[in-house]
Amino acid sequence: MSGKTLYDKIWDAHVVAEQDGEAILYIDLHLIHEVTTPQAFAGLRAAGRPVRRPDRTLAVADHNVPTEGQALGVGAVADEEARLQLQTLERNVKEAGIEFFPMGDIRNGIVHVVGPEQGRTQPGMTIVCGDSHTSTHGAFGALAQGIGTSEVEHVLATQTLRQKKSKNLRVTVNGTPGPGVGAKDFALAIVGAIGTAGGTGSVIEYAGEAIRGLSMEGRMTLCNLAIEAGARAGLVAPDQTTFDYMMGRPATPKGAAWEMALAHWKTFFSDDDAVFDREVVLDAADIAPTVTWGTSPEDVVAVTGNVPAPESFATPDKRISAERALDYMGLTAGQPISEAKVDVVFIGSCTNSRIEDLRSAAAVAQHAFLNGRLVAPHVRAMVVPGSGLVKEQAEEEGLDAIFKAVGFDWREPGCSMCLGMNPDRLAPGERCASTSNRNFEGRQGRGGRTHLMSPAMAAAAAIAGHIVDVREMLK
Amino acid sequence: MKAFTKLDARMAPLTMANIDTDQIIPKQFLKTVEREGLGKGLFYDFRFDEQGVEKADFVLNRAEYKGAGVLVAGDNFGCGSSREHAPWALLDFGISCVISSSFADIFYNNCFQNGLLPVVLKPEEVQALMEEAKGGNHVVTVDLEAQTVVSPSGAAFSFQIDPQRKAKMLQGLDAIGETLTAAMDIDVYESKRALSEPWLERA
Repeated sequence: MSGKTLYDKIWDAHVVAEQDGEAILYIDLHLIHEVTTPQAFAGLRAAGRPVRRPDRTLAVADHNVPTEGQALGVGAVADEEARLQLQTLERNVKEAGIEFFPMGDIRNGIVHVVGPEQGRTQPGMTIVCGDSHTSTHGAFGALAQGIGTSEVEHVLATQTLRQKKSKNLRVTVNGTPGPGVGAKDFALAIVGAIGTAGGTGSVIEYAGEAIRGLSMEGRMTLCNLAIEAGARAGLVAPDQTTFDYMMGRPATPKGAAWEMALAHWKTFFSDDDAVFDREVVLDAADIAPTVTWGTSPEDVVAVTGNVPAPESFATPDKRISAERALDYMGLTAGQPISEAKVDVVFIGSCTNSRIEDLRSAAAVAQHAFLNGRLVAPHVRAMVVPGSGLVKEQAEEEGLDAIFKAVGFDWREPGCSMCLGMNPDRLAPGERCASTSNRNFEGRQGRGGRTHLMSPAMAAAAAIAGHIVDVREMLK
Repeated sequence: MKAFTKLDARMAPLTMANIDTDQIIPKQFLKTVEREGLGKGLFYDFRFDEQGVEKADFVLNRAEYKGAGVLVAGDNFGCGSSREHAPWALLDFGISCVISSSFADIFYNNCFQNGLLPVVLKPEEVQALMEEAKGGNHVVTVDLEAQTVVSPSGAAFSFQIDPQRKAKMLQGLDAIGETLTAAMDIDVYESKRALSEPWLERA
């Protein structure tokens, strides 16, 4: 018999029972936020069902919070519907006895930044949240998946999820990346290589030397974008990098319990003889700083490349989509992508708002400042830290001062312009260099044009006023 | 959950591939605390211009597709965000079946929690249905029990579906109630884990 994959091991350790060919899978950690839970709590109330494990649940307010004036409290949120949703969450978690970091609490922030930061995210766990980017937590070797609101209600009531097992897909990135190339470029290159439906029905395990070389922040960026490749979950096996990141965080075990936990976590890796249903192999040396040109995360191009021609696509479907995307994005086939002038730069989101992301963007900003350059006059640029704690750390390191000195707006934490549920959004026709995860039509605001890229590339675009190769800028 | 058994309804063709849930129901409609009433936001940016005026040429605004109950869509339908507001909006608008050559996982799963039937057909079958829908023949029959879609001209296509999901859909069964019949198993599992991984038990 062949060995088990990391996914197999986590899956097997959490199957409570089988019913009608579906597994009842135990959930170790349930993260919740204001947008995808009100209907779930209402459902529980209507059926007279209690929350089974409030202690395995953690709530934050992130999707529609404003990124300024948070200290004024929820009562001061101008958007009436957003305010009602935030107040509904507050009432629901209080009633159920669920730990909650409200808006303005320094521990609050984007749900996928907060879980790891607090040490609630741990290897070998099953984690769910009513948000597709829950895949982020897979960076710790946890099986983390986005679910819909009915499933949120199901998990609240039973602490389990009914599911059939997915397939095993391994994406190996060998070698060492060149300068200016990091996790975001890997992630975009992978989505470009396998397509937005390439991972459908699968869990992706990321492996290889280049993945091992990534920090936890980088691994989170990578797993965050697993969903953009169609996979509900991404995984990286835990190693010393993981344990070093976790040690001493509020919810991680301490002392003898740490040693016990560590021994357990170290069992979560794919056996050498494990069989994957599919394997994809890339070489890090082949990956350049990567940006998107179209309206799907698979529409990627190296920053040194040109906007593709619709005729270059294999199927009629893709050709039509490409034509529509070019029209929407206001680009011409064949033009160098670096010609695209940007109006807005957004550094933030559950993809890229952690301390290391902010450091890499700040390094570009600092380099520019020392060379007498500022954010281009026509560009509106903002940095939205992932949590109150990330913001505090960045301020201790003086990163906020660098950003502000070159002309970036320094905001308060939240999902912000990644999805524009709060007041931060694009106007029609505005072009944005964004560190977020989706370049869908209208995602950041109706008619808004999004180019996904790394924090360093976004910072460089803010300075240059157009998409630019960060390697050239740092020369 | 509402049961789905058999449906005779008009079908509307949406030829684009990769229609994501941001398109199905844009962000500004996610601030509700209700499940109902989301139909007004369905495909909002496709249906309305920036002034909120109906775009006459969008398929669901055209007279011949008014009241459509079935959507025939391009590949990878429902990709992106996990928002269950997408199936809620479709249902509220009157669409209780979507036919495509493939669906994104989370959306597909969310459909079954709500009595919205996602039907996977071969790309050429989806294409054939779209051609008929465009040609002025609109009424299609979707029979879950028989696992068939019968086109307006009488062409029958069969589809595959997980038998358990089918059974629940036919009866409109509540998943939570079913899982709670295994409450004892969950109790036993939790006590074991409390001993093997005690650090996870929080005071």
